[in-house]
Amino acid sequence: MRTVIFRTVAPYLSALMVLFSIFVLLRGHNEPGGGFIGGLIAASALAIFGIACGVASVRRAIVVHPMSIAGFGLFIAALSGLPSLFKKQTFMTSQWLEFKFFDVDVALSTPLVFDIGVYLVVVGAIGSIALALEERESD
Amino acid sequence: MAGSYPSPEVDFSAAWNLTPVSAGDWLVVAPTVITMIGGAVCLMARKNTNAQPKLGLIFLTLLVLANGGLLLRVLDKGVITMVMGSWLPPFGIAFTVDTLGATMSLIASVVALCAGMYGASSVGSTGRRYGFYPFLLLLMTGVCGAFLTGDIFNLYVWFEVLLISSYGLLVLGNDRPQLDGAVKYGILNLIGTNLFLIGTGLLYGILGTLNMADIAMKISQLDAPAHGTLATVAALYLLAFAMKAAAFPVNFWLPASYHTPNVVVSAVFAGLLTKVGVYALLRIFVMIMPASREYMADLIAVVAIATMIVGALGAIAQSEVRRALGYLVIAGIGSMLAGLAIGTPLAISGAIFYAVHSIIVMTALYMVAGVMQQMGGSYDLRKLGGLYAASPAFAAIFLILAFAVSGLPPFSGFWPKVMLVESAIVTGRTWVAVAILVGGFLTTIAMGRIWIYAFWRGGPEGTADGTAVALPATSKLLTPAAVWVPICILTALVIYFGIQPEGMFTLSAYGSIGNVDPSGYLNSVFGGAQ
Amino acid sequence: MELGLAILIGIFFTVSIYLMLSKQLVRMLLGVAILGNAVNLSIFTNGRLTREVPPVIPADLYLPAEMTANPLPQALVLTAIVISFSFFAFLLVLAFRAYQELGTDDVNEMRVAEPENDPLPPQGY
Repeated sequence: MRTVIFRTVAPYLSALMVLFSIFVLLRGHNEPGGGFIGGLIAASALAIFGIACGVASVRRAIVVHPMSIAGFGLFIAALSGLPSLFKKQTFMTSQWLEFKFFDVDVALSTPLVFDIGVYLVVVGAIGSIALALEERESD
Repeated sequence: MAGSYPSPEVDFSAAWNLTPVSAGDWLVVAPTVITMIGGAVCLMARKNTNAQPKLGLIFLTLLVLANGGLLLRVLDKGVITMVMGSWLPPFGIAFTVDTLGATMSLIASVVALCAGMYGASSVGSTGRRYGFYPFLLLLMTGVCGAFLTGDIFNLYVWFEVLLISSYGLLVLGNDRPQLDGAVKYGILNLIGTNLFLIGTGLLYGILGTLNMADIAMKISQLDAPAHGTLATVAALYLLAFAMKAAAFPVNFWLPASYHTPNVVVSAVFAGLLTKVGVYALLRIFVMIMPASREYMADLIAVVAIATMIVGALGAIAQSEVRRALGYLVIAGIGSMLAGLAIGTPLAISGAIFYAVHSIIVMTALYMVAGVMQQMGGSYDLRKLGGLYAASPAFAAIFLILAFAVSGLPPFSGFWPKVMLVESAIVTGRTWVAVAILVGGFLTTIAMGRIWIYAFWRGGPEGTADGTAVALPATSKLLTPAAVWVPICILTALVIYFGIQPEGMFTLSAYGSIGNVDPSGYLNSVFGGAQ
Repeated sequence: MELGLAILIGIFFTVSIYLMLSKQLVRMLLGVAILGNAVNLSIFTNGRLTREVPPVIPADLYLPAEMTANPLPQALVLTAIVISFSFFAFLLVLAFRAYQELGTDDVNEMRVAEPENDPLPPQGY
């Protein structure tokens, strides 16, 4: 699999896929898309990069272990349900923060935080499974 | 634009609960949230193996406190419901906690705390790096979620959460027997949850709802609440949860896998996983589908008896302590199913009491087996011997647990068996009563074998009568406090429930009556929120 | 439409049960994966099939303008797909590891946890 063409293209392709996965993630609130599918796209970006350039360089590129990414995702997803406690509403009731930023309407919300958490869980979990499989193959 | 509510033209009170929720009601979700956050934190700190037990124990202690508070609140205020995201039931995912769910959740978290302590010494740094504490906490997320949820699809999700964490615990360390056991455990349990899902899909097709209270109400209004497609659903549920609980014809995965992992993992599994299946059976067949339970009562009774007898006989035939204990887990499941088959409030509370007893005593027995291996150097009865001479106090603990698991007084196993036998005789099912007693007798023999071989005789096989062989000096002794404290806590609970059973009688009677007559449950879901 | 899907679900179940009865681990895993798909299709069909539009509310409205398809089965199926996908991935890794360690993917030969020629338990005291 490690042809010159693939190895040259793979970094750009992976970068593009990660960018696209973030687009899908943010689009997910009102239109088809969301954390899970975005996370899958990002995890496949990691997998492609791993096939082309080796698992070691992927691990170097993402700095932290994929399972820690998943742990962080789970952490913020669980936390995103808590703010409604202070407004005397039930768990996971969505809270919104709307403001204008240079004349653009920005709506930040707890569902967005939850979605980012899901994204990170999927990237971490599926990414670590993919990397584990690729590592064994090259041994 | 996105989410600018409340808007003038939409009436949110039609779908939303706009009344303020008191912070105390948040105890309903506290067990799942605490363990989820704890699991995430431990997962992030996986590399720091020294901090893992401390973090894990902090979150497990919080879990016990939250569950204790929840049980007190349920006893004080009755059934509590919280629907996620402020939706009105039956929309949105409801957590509905009654005495049954809160009691099971509390006992499960106590056992998990004990396992966390035991694991602090028996799980080495490799096991910690592989994620013993994160997986234990996430397992508790699944277990508590399953006990507390009021939505049947959500129950499926919690089953999957606990299943995936149990896979992680099962393969901790990657030994060859572990991989072998994990393959069988993994595939058979996945098939079991898929059966559950088929049943849930069909149930949704018939009734158009997934909220347990709503389902119970709609089923009771049907013309023939036990027949037609519902009979299929009930049969699928029975098979799926019998598989989870390791009842007789579908019990083979349990003795094939429970003895392979680290002994503290076996202890947690033996205590908790099968009982979640029993809990689901109780919840579904007593509260949601009572007509189907009556329809299948004889079948369940036959399954229960076969499970009891096969489990106890299997335990007698094993010479590996952990495998024998695996069969005793199965024998205990048979007694709980017998309660379900008899179906009177007394029998159901007997089954609940038995489940609580079984959670505690099976976990303690696996922990004791771990100590036996540490002292005698093996799990094999042929190679064990002389443990009584080595430590009479330890032998006494084993004997207490052996009496308890066999259902002999004055320990915790005695009372639920009394309740089950009494209700069996009162309802005219004397054969069930006889089977429970025979099962108890066979269990006594199985435990007696372990006692005689491992504790009473002088040394391993081949030692002449009347001589005592000194035990090999154990090179790597477990940290004493981390081992003895959990075992002593669990044994103390066994003794306490044996001589002071009134508290458990009350709890299990509340749990049983609340399910036989679910009006309190239904009121909590539909009345309180409107 | 329901009839056609019901027949398809039946075929899925048949194939998956046939595969799960096999001795090879990989075939069993494929059987489990197909079982998951059969279950998902059956949930989808249980939610009633309609020719309505997708349940997405336009950005300038608070309620859907017309009848939409039932979104609940779709949410259930999505959840089930996510779960069965991750389980399948995990079991695939597990089976691969087991194949490497045990040297076989025939379940009849996987007897490490329960050895076949275990000696009899001690007969006397």
